[in-house]
Amino acid sequence: TVSSRGDAMRGLAVFISDIRNCKSKEAESKRINKELANIRSKFKGDKTLDGYSKKKYVCKLLFIFLLGHDIDFGHMEAVNLLSSNKYTEKQIGYLFISVLVSSNSDLMKLIIQNIKNDISSPKPVHVNLALHCIANIGSVEMSEAFGQEVPKLLVSAHASASVKQSAALCLLRLIRTLPEAMTYAEWASRVIHLLNDQHMWLTAATSLIHTLSQLSPGDYKGCVSLAVSRLSRIVTSTYTDLQDYTYYFVPAPWLSVKLLRLLQCYPVPEEPAVRGRLVECLETILNKCQEPPKSKKVQHSNSKNAVLFEAINLIIHIDSEPNLLVRACNQLGQFLQHRETNLRYLALESMCLLAGSEFSADAVKKHRETVINALKTERDVSVRQRAVDLLYAMCDKTNSEEIVAEMLAYLKKADYAIREEMVLKVAILSEKYASDYTWYVDTILKLIRVAGDYVSEEVWHRVIQIVINRDDAQGYAAKTVFENLQAPACHENMVKVGGYILGEFGNLIAGDERSSPLVQFNLLHSKFHLCTPSTRALLLSTYIKFINLFPEIKPTIQNVLQNNNQLRNADVELQQRALEYSQLSSITSQDVLATVLEEMPPFPERESSILAKLKKKKPASVQVSLRIFGVKIVILSTNDNVTSSFFSTVNNSNIEAGMVQLYLAYIQCCFLPIIIELLSKDLDNKNNIFAHCFLVFMFKNSGVLFENALIQVGVKCEFKEQYGRVGLFFGNKTGNQLQNFAAAVSLGPEHQGKINVATQKEPPSQIDGGAQVQHFINLECISMFSGSPNLQLRYQHSSAPQQVTLKLPVIINKFMEGVDMNSGDFFSRWKQLGQPTQETQKIFQARHPIDTEAARTKLTGFGMCALTNVDPNPENLVGSGIIKTKTSQIGCLLRLEPNKQAKMYRLTVRSSVGEAAALICSMLEEHF
Amino acid sequence: SCINMIRFILIQNRAGKTRLAKWYMQFDDDEKQKLIEEVHAVVTVRDAKHTNFVEFRNFKIVYRRYAGLYFCICVDVTDNNLAYLEAIHNFVEVLNEYFHNVCELDLVFNFYKVYTVVDEMFLAGEIRETSQTKVIQQLLMLQNLE
Repeated sequence: TVSSRGDAMRGLAVFISDIRNCKSKEAESKRINKELANIRSKFKGDKTLDGYSKKKYVCKLLFIFLLGHDIDFGHMEAVNLLSSNKYTEKQIGYLFISVLVSSNSDLMKLIIQNIKNDISSPKPVHVNLALHCIANIGSVEMSEAFGQEVPKLLVSAHASASVKQSAALCLLRLIRTLPEAMTYAEWASRVIHLLNDQHMWLTAATSLIHTLSQLSPGDYKGCVSLAVSRLSRIVTSTYTDLQDYTYYFVPAPWLSVKLLRLLQCYPVPEEPAVRGRLVECLETILNKCQEPPKSKKVQHSNSKNAVLFEAINLIIHIDSEPNLLVRACNQLGQFLQHRETNLRYLALESMCLLAGSEFSADAVKKHRETVINALKTERDVSVRQRAVDLLYAMCDKTNSEEIVAEMLAYLKKADYAIREEMVLKVAILSEKYASDYTWYVDTILKLIRVAGDYVSEEVWHRVIQIVINRDDAQGYAAKTVFENLQAPACHENMVKVGGYILGEFGNLIAGDERSSPLVQFNLLHSKFHLCTPSTRALLLSTYIKFINLFPEIKPTIQNVLQNNNQLRNADVELQQRALEYSQLSSITSQDVLATVLEEMPPFPERESSILAKLKKKKPASVQVSLRIFGVKIVILSTNDNVTSSFFSTVNNSNIEAGMVQLYLAYIQCCFLPIIIELLSKDLDNKNNIFAHCFLVFMFKNSGVLFENALIQVGVKCEFKEQYGRVGLFFGNKTGNQLQNFAAAVSLGPEHQGKINVATQKEPPSQIDGGAQVQHFINLECISMFSGSPNLQLRYQHSSAPQQVTLKLPVIINKFMEGVDMNSGDFFSRWKQLGQPTQETQKIFQARHPIDTEAARTKLTGFGMCALTNVDPNPENLVGSGIIKTKTSQIGCLLRLEPNKQAKMYRLTVRSSVGEAAALICSMLEEHF
Repeated sequence: SCINMIRFILIQNRAGKTRLAKWYMQFDDDEKQKLIEEVHAVVTVRDAKHTNFVEFRNFKIVYRRYAGLYFCICVDVTDNNLAYLEAIHNFVEVLNEYFHNVCELDLVFNFYKVYTVVDEMFLAGEIRETSQTKVIQQLLMLQNLE
């Protein structure tokens, strides 16, 4: 069915037929070489070729290239075609260049000149060819040459919809290549208003706005309300309204998806009308899924569901509409049983995200049975993988035993590709939700039994760490590993765990004659010869530990250590251990031996290396939690840069620096969805870490102040003049009552007389399981103070008394009010405060990218008024405020001058009270 | 940051012969050849009971089989699967109308026109035009130009 249309190149068709008829590779090469020689002679010949022939030969060269042969000539002829007036000749020229010319070609200057001519041509088809070529090549050179031209076409009043579509995406490509190619703010308003265009060509424009919004969110935030109205018009239209853009009875599905994705760049709109309209759209989309389908074709349901899944992503992004979240979850629940594999897969994937929201987590858990069933019955491994992910995400205290059991059962027949990840997940869940450490030990040992090869070092190290740190698990662990080692074929990882645990705690089961010291030793040693050198080395350490634990079998063990197999082993490590252990056991006294070989001390609670490993395997995972110095940190982040730089710092064991980094990222950009929760029993020792996180409250008045396994403390403050009101919310996270609960603000000597505190509403002395109680405190600032008062919490859980000391987010800047003033007033006051004691100045490295808008927001959050049109240099930030205390009012002026080249700031604060200037300066210097 | 875009579009037959390769990212020639072979290996082992999506390196392939041809779009993992699955079908319907019941041979003999169809519907790794009517109108207009 060779095309018989007018532009067909007969010679090309014949050539292609010839190639297809070649019976062998050799015949094909021969035919190609003949053609190449022919074309070369035509190009070199005396006769000038007409446009048609040139086009035909260039096209043949392209075909030869696409077959996989090198082409080293014809480029110049292709460039010549660009200056032809005929569309078909131009098109082949541009195609050859897009496919074949590398961006560093000598011809690039010539090509760019031709593109310049075509881009300003009155013929839209020529303009489009040029734009497509720019977009296809997309080099830095192209960005530099056309970064300023293309936006003009995009907003031009004369350009056709087709040209605008191409211009939008061409520009998108140039920006991705070279983000500085375009001045964003300048075009923002006109680009945003493309969303109002009555033509429906907007999918392309929306993609562009999406990328611009990611790069420069402030400039493009105006797109939110326009995108909402556009979306609203589409979802409420009938399928006949949009004619050309209705696809299988679904109005503009791709544009809807793009708009829904664009809206995920921004927080939920604050304006009630816009927000209301958006919620309506999302409801309408959910409603449509309940309507009977307008067509039985899969295209109809696919495009409808493409919109639905994107709407659900947006609902999850908003995460504050419980009704929508639950409805989304119910809709996905229906899909879990759908006959289409695609839908089951996508429903599992999407539900995984819903499991992370507090509003829909419970609704997700209702589908546990179905998901477990999917794990057992799905034919496609990727669907089963999603089922595993979802089970992991929905796991909690109440269902962990069942979920872990199902995952273990599945692990036996799971695909090799996902076994290691599953092992990590089972290990994490069983540790996280272990209420009973016998269950934990059983689970990990079973893990080694069914998937020993996939149990990484991190996993078996972890079980040993936990057993060592938990007195109540040790006897059981020793008994269980002993039983497991009796299996005729047991995995080497089991030997490692068994060797280590018996070496530490074998004495706990030695009373039973079935596991007497000698039986234990013989059992372990029966595995010795089948193991790799690293395991043998571990076992030698177990043996020397046995000599200390069980002096009665010392001669037997010494025999083994002194055997030539050990002493003359080719492996240096084994040889050395055998020699040293043997000497240690023969020449030292029992006391020395006991000291050297005493039970291992508890491991410091560090990060779970398993979690770090899982995180590495799955960069997309949303939640990470780890333990550092006994402090549990949960990071919820969609920003991989932050989490990965955090992890790399922590892995280099500079935990302190990692914390600082995380905290900086947190306060720097409130739009980053990072939540740090810190959980600890022993707070006082971790003050340095908590201090970093506490500082967040310098800029905000509400949030989670503290959380551990038992209790969550939320705070909400209001300040007016010298008065403050602090609301504290204590939530009991356990199922049991917390008793003898008391919360008290304590003022240290540095705050005595400077702050008055009165409790307005006492919390009750008991908090029922799952309940939340409130505590309100009124404050008055009498005079200036530094630091913050403490809040002491005491309570009893399962009759164990607990005590926590927190810092209240009551900081001097909370009593500051901004003062607006003009340039004249500001500088005259500035001069009045000119004495050296009234000024503090600091020069420091910028800790964040220098951004005037961000600094302004921060200053306002701090309580000052950020003044505009005051400083002659617009890069400088000036602010003013008054600290209001009962006894005095302290005026403060601030000036922040960036040096962009050096990435430095100079911060100057002047105040009628010198200490205030010094205090504010020191509080702020870390934050810019 | 998270860029969501099409990384490449491939049309391959069951034997692994490439009928169209459109790249929206810079790859060198060896890498392109590797990608082509890997994609073929990944999609041809799947059957009708499998999903139309498959993880691929750090991306995913959304694909659909039409007779002996596999149409594959490589996108980012967080991209909308069904939207791209239907974008493939939309593209196939346009090819079908433009070539009057398209078959593999049409793509071979008219390879240079297939590029034009692609550029009308996808550009710079994004969906450009989705209306079949508009695309066909434009293609017929171009067809009639000299």
